[in-house]
Amino acid sequence: MRYIPNAESDWGEMLQTIGVERLEDLIRILPEPLRLKEPLHLPSPLAEMELVQHLLSLSESKRMVSFLGAGAYDHFIPAVVDHVLRKSEFYTAYTPYQPEVSQGTLQAIFEFQTLICQLTGMEVANASVYDGASAVAEGVLMAQRLKGGKKCLLARTVHPEARFVTRTYTRPSALELREIPYRAEGSTDLDALRDLIDEETSAVVLQQPNFFGCLEDLEEAAAIAHAQGALMIVAVAEPLSMALLQPPGLLGADIVVGEGQSFGNALSFGGPYVGFFASKEVFLRAMPGRLVGETVDRQGRRGFVLAVATREQHIRREKATSNICTNQALCALAVLVYLSTLGKEGLKELARANLSKCEYAKKRLGELGRLRFSGPTFNEFVIRLNRDPQIILPALLQQGIIGGFPLKKFYAEMETEVLVCVTERNSRQEIDRLIEALEKALREAR
Amino acid sequence: MKEKWPGASGLVLEEPLIFERGGKGRKGYSLPKLDVDEADPKEIWPSKWIRQEWQGFPELSEVEVVRHFTRLAQWNYGVDSGFYPLGSCTMKYNPKVNEDLARLPGFSGLHPYQPEEMAQGALRLMYELENFLGRISGMDRVTLQPSAGAQGELTGLLMIRAYLTDRGNPRKKVLVPDTAHGTNPASSSLCGYRVVQVKSNERGILSPQAIEEKMDEEVAALMVTNPNTLGLFEEHICRIAEVVHQKGGQIYCDGANLNALLGLSRVGDMNVDVLHFNLHKTFSTPHGGGGPGAGPVGVKEHLADYLPLPTIVKDQDRFRLEYDRPRSIGKVRSFYGNFGVLVRAYAYILSMGPEGLKRASLVALLNANYLRAKLKDFYSLPYESACMHECVFSDRLQNPYGVTALDIAKRLMDYGFHPPTIYFPSLVHGALMIEPTESEAKETLDQFIAAMVQIAREAQTDPGLLQNAPHKTKVSRLDEVLANRKPRLRWKP
Repeated sequence: MRYIPNAESDWGEMLQTIGVERLEDLIRILPEPLRLKEPLHLPSPLAEMELVQHLLSLSESKRMVSFLGAGAYDHFIPAVVDHVLRKSEFYTAYTPYQPEVSQGTLQAIFEFQTLICQLTGMEVANASVYDGASAVAEGVLMAQRLKGGKKCLLARTVHPEARFVTRTYTRPSALELREIPYRAEGSTDLDALRDLIDEETSAVVLQQPNFFGCLEDLEEAAAIAHAQGALMIVAVAEPLSMALLQPPGLLGADIVVGEGQSFGNALSFGGPYVGFFASKEVFLRAMPGRLVGETVDRQGRRGFVLAVATREQHIRREKATSNICTNQALCALAVLVYLSTLGKEGLKELARANLSKCEYAKKRLGELGRLRFSGPTFNEFVIRLNRDPQIILPALLQQGIIGGFPLKKFYAEMETEVLVCVTERNSRQEIDRLIEALEKALREAR
Repeated sequence: MKEKWPGASGLVLEEPLIFERGGKGRKGYSLPKLDVDEADPKEIWPSKWIRQEWQGFPELSEVEVVRHFTRLAQWNYGVDSGFYPLGSCTMKYNPKVNEDLARLPGFSGLHPYQPEEMAQGALRLMYELENFLGRISGMDRVTLQPSAGAQGELTGLLMIRAYLTDRGNPRKKVLVPDTAHGTNPASSSLCGYRVVQVKSNERGILSPQAIEEKMDEEVAALMVTNPNTLGLFEEHICRIAEVVHQKGGQIYCDGANLNALLGLSRVGDMNVDVLHFNLHKTFSTPHGGGGPGAGPVGVKEHLADYLPLPTIVKDQDRFRLEYDRPRSIGKVRSFYGNFGVLVRAYAYILSMGPEGLKRASLVALLNANYLRAKLKDFYSLPYESACMHECVFSDRLQNPYGVTALDIAKRLMDYGFHPPTIYFPSLVHGALMIEPTESEAKETLDQFIAAMVQIAREAQTDPGLLQNAPHKTKVSRLDEVLANRKPRLRWKP
């Protein structure tokens, strides 16, 4: 009972005050038939020492060399980030409903919103949403609110999980989701987009870089979308790319959404992560989620509060722009601390390192004829094995290497393709080891 | 004289925005020397795709970053700072060991697409947590995927919609009581349903008659929170469920207030079909300043086929993710849920055990009823019956002096307490919703009571003191109207 201060010696006076004899008698507030007669069928309590031992035994102990990306990126996290996250004034607080005692959280979110605007080239960003996938779904719903069209076009190269989540979120509405195919070099087929789009289309969604790691021509896509009155939504799964790439906001995007995990959030088996959501200012009132704004106190000093809340569920109820209640404040704080630590130069340097290492891996694999797509990439690319990855990847695993993500899981036509991600975590030696092990496994599979 | 409460004043440090600090060329980061040839984007990408510049991005050294965030943290109030009786949010203590456990390298370094054989421990943890939540609630199956309570609501309603569609008709309406959280109607709308509000009776709970009047064959579900947001147990829940089931509807229970029921009663025994949990409330995972949380959903067997993808399956002693479920509603978020949050909740349940969880709920009830009894002579109590884990007062007695719930809340800050939830539920005039949780010692409650009594007195003798509160915080009362009229949502150089 180490987490419950009031012990038996405290109960007496309290019970007397409320006119109840024994603590257990409080169950009588409940109707008799609903009172639980048996103890819960759960394991007996563990002491802290036992608990630590138990969880250590469940956590994975093997260190692997990994080339997995596909929407969750293994970047080095400077120690500063977790030291700030562990400040319990941040992590044990709730949503900043009472601004005078929440200025830390509020100013941090305001700074996060600003950074997202600076990175994406957009005018407004919210306090964050659950993850990149739900950010895409919320973007599609927002476009439908604004445009009212019957149709939304998503590139097949948008992260499959984001497409699936969008399908789930839009199922109750009449919105029809259509997919835009990709071309031989790995980017979205914009001619196909021209054929698919019509005046009933509320939005076009492309991912930059796309799920295959390839870069998309956002400017051209946005021009096609706008010509038909549709909104251009750009999804970003690897935001580090934005350190080198022209921001989507300068290429015609109306809404930019994405996954912020790359910036200071651990892989953690898929969550918690943090979705970011940015838009043009004219669409502000249609945006989902929390927003923090600057204001003044009674002495005219600068302070921050939750703003433009008349869009939100706690005020608008069934007419709200989304059902989302809070944001992912602590994960957004990780993004903020990470980006502040790297700074403008550090971020560019890091992105260049990712690009350089990826280009090195691509060059070597290209010489072996393994590259599937010819289009330009950032830190991920697709290789073709011509052998079943279910045989090759386990062979690499034997040597302590996770070789990449087999694309067949989401793309039936990609039977032997593997998505490979290279970050600053992967040394040249590791990349060489991957290629050697891969070639050896392929030889042996012949 | 020595003050009875923690609120004092200390040295508060000024701190500008991160963008107003630092200087050109500073950085807080080091990278290993590049071990491959440096690639130049200009040589591999079309030039118009390359970023030219950005304005105002931070440039700071590590020490500046640390000072910045340390100062920001000092302007915050958390559960670790003191009493945080925010009603319906269950601001209980967040055990420290759980923070360490979620960060074990073997958890934090796990990639979601790592081969399943290398994630057996994580999958086992999730499988067991599903199981624990099922046993605690009396629900048959549990999914851990939803990221938060509101996403849990959407997930549950989508399952109901899919189930009813398979039975020929998704139906059109959802019944929502006037005491419901705002997310309930918002989730219903998102799920394509029209919201029909149901009034609570004079005792603050739902009557079977009120449901009978609104119930017809167009109603897909009733969303009910039990105990409700007045802190009162919906004692007619079983009868109400019968009424809804008779006409083919489903019962959705919002589990925000589950902290009142652990080991005392099971929602699954109340004829409820779907229930969401808030792990960040009932199961002690930190609120993080507004997330991340986790909103697992429990269902009865007839809805199991509709659970989101993937589910976790145990084959003998191996665990795997199952995607081949044709009736599933699909995915509600990427990957499998907020795993880091799940680790903390799992550790909490194992630390508490069955008796500990029951004790938590009993003491939460004791603390809430104690506050209620001690404050009812000073603040108007809109409902007579004993409360569960939280109690709701009204500001009616203070209104004649020009003092509102907001003023009382702000004045509490000066005494060193986080204010309760105010103006919710909206059917109570000037609501003050106080949830002490089991984490508070009697003397903390007594300090809070003394402060509330003092504030009630101040309302009569010196209302201006309350109307201008808080006085001791970093900033005084903030102009929210200005923030909405002329939104400034980002810093600009």
